[in-house]
Amino acid sequence: MARAQVMSSFWRGVRDGIPFLMVIAPFGTLFGVIATEAGLNVFETLGFSVVVIAGAAQFTAIQLMSENTPVVVVLVSALAVNLRMAMYSASITPHLGPLPLWKRAFVAYFLVDQTYAGAALEYEKRPDMGLAEKFSYFMGIAMPICPPWYVFTLLGAYVGEAIPAELGLDFALPIAFIAMIAPALRTGAHRAAALTATLAALGCAWLPWNLGLIVAALAGMVVGAEVERRTQR
Amino acid sequence: MMGDYPIWLIIFGLGAGSFGLRFLFLGLVGDRAMPEWVLRHLRYTAVAVLPALVAPLVLWPSATGGQPDPTRLIAAAAAFIVGYVTKSIYGAMGTGAAVMIGAAYWPF
Repeated sequence: MARAQVMSSFWRGVRDGIPFLMVIAPFGTLFGVIATEAGLNVFETLGFSVVVIAGAAQFTAIQLMSENTPVVVVLVSALAVNLRMAMYSASITPHLGPLPLWKRAFVAYFLVDQTYAGAALEYEKRPDMGLAEKFSYFMGIAMPICPPWYVFTLLGAYVGEAIPAELGLDFALPIAFIAMIAPALRTGAHRAAALTATLAALGCAWLPWNLGLIVAALAGMVVGAEVERRTQR
Repeated sequence: MMGDYPIWLIIFGLGAGSFGLRFLFLGLVGDRAMPEWVLRHLRYTAVAVLPALVAPLVLWPSATGGQPDPTRLIAAAAAFIVGYVTKSIYGAMGTGAAVMIGAAYWPF
């Protein structure tokens, strides 16, 4: 009985993860295209998606590398984009923290925007789930999200060369990020953070090694946090 | 240009760093709570970093030698407006892509 429940949690996770293919397929393909256009070979491109497994950070790294940014700044900037993963980790710890260490390591590897969002909502909706069920639900939801990320990256790496230059593919990345940011500007604090970061990035563009990005991001975070603190009092 | 980079060092550096961020609390903090001010700043990381990354690319695209380009400005503005109003990532991406493709193949 307990085992049957664990299995059904896994398959419920798989089912809930399938709609995210709509995000994974275009983004994964896009990454493959952009990375190969920037000069990476197929193996390196796939290596990014398997080892790093974080879309926004991968795009950031490729963008900065094609601007000849120093390695340290590439790493720091791409990891700054990924700081939200620490938030996800913190938020999911009350649910999955009691797992053995090796299972927590698997969860950490597969902890991306979509798996986090899906699992966190499910745990909230079904507070009576046991630890084993929560873990299998998480692994279930990761299946239609993470392996397809590798597959579509590979696909993009192969079809990339077939896409004509006049389409302005250099602009696919800015468009993709704008499409992700705009719907996320839900509150005044989010809007203030984004606006501050935008203006600061333009104003600090003269700084060497893309340090303007770091300065602007920190400025945006401080303003966002401050606006939230004032509006919630 | 990419040939000058230690690509695999960057891949594994980013991989280790990303895993570290994901494992940070799950693996090391456990049940202990984080200070509220840290969480408050972390909540705005994504909406600050991504616009800061995109803004110079929109205004000064490298493909045009850093000159502002009307097509790219319109595509960016259209994508933003559609995304903000409809809350749809696909709608926004599709709109931006449609502007770029339309401009590339417009016969005039």
